Amino acid sequence: MFAAATVAILAVLALATIRTLKGPTVFDRVLGANSIGTGAILLLATVGFLTGRPEFLDIGITYALLNLIGTLAVLKFFRYGDLSHAGEEPKD
Amino acid sequence: MVLLTLLAVITIGVVRLRNLFAVVILGGAYSFLMASVMIVLDAVDVAMTEASVGAGISTVLMLGTLYLTKTEEVRPVHTPVLPLFVAIITGAVLVYGTLDLPPFGIADAPIHAHVAPYYFQNSIPETGVPNVVTSVLASYRGYDTLGETSVIFCAGIAVLMLLKGRRARKGAGKPGKGGKA
Repeated sequence: MFAAATVAILAVLALATIRTLKGPTVFDRVLGANSIGTGAILLLATVGFLTGRPEFLDIGITYALLNLIGTLAVLKFFRYGDLSHAGEEPKD
Repeated sequence: MVLLTLLAVITIGVVRLRNLFAVVILGGAYSFLMASVMIVLDAVDVAMTEASVGAGISTVLMLGTLYLTKTEEVRPVHTPVLPLFVAIITGAVLVYGTLDLPPFGIADAPIHAHVAPYYFQNSIPETGVPNVVTSVLASYRGYDTLGETSVIFCAGIAVLMLLKGRRARKGAGKPGKGGKA
């Protein structure tokens, strides 16, 4: 069952990669990259169970945090054009 | 194999795209795929470093750099034939170098026969550290690790000083728009 899940996750990674590459807007790319990160986490989990080392799950949590940081940085840059912005609405 | 194909596809995309913002996002995706490859190769610690440095830190650093430059790459003025030639030669030499390597994961590879058995047998009586990797890093190669740590510490201090100096200048004089030349 884990092998089937791994194959399915690989297919998901391929589809997300296609969307990230083709994506006409920036949001398509951001969402595609985020999906690739999520797919990597799931792949980590299933490979961990496949090889009999389920403690890989803890590393997946770290991946999830990193994925969130990357996506937040990209979106903040897109919104404000600057990473050191305090986060209020732009005045102009 | 599927992961490596995806990596190649993303690399071609990065080379062909001219919008640097999209290239940064693709770089993050590339790092996560590379981390997956490392996991499949059973190198979870390397995969962790790849994900944190590649997808986390360098995405943020690249976006900070994009703030100072433009987000569209200009067309190159010279033809890419000579760099491509050099890259192909280098790659061929590297592949030729891998031909002599022992098969992946074999037990009697030279790296496993040199000092590793000594560490496994003597690390607990000599250092008292239950984890062999930690005993090698912190005891057998203690001076090496101390040097690395001081180098990283100095680099961190230098970066902090640079950032602070820039912010003070921005606050004191006319702010302008960062370093937009």
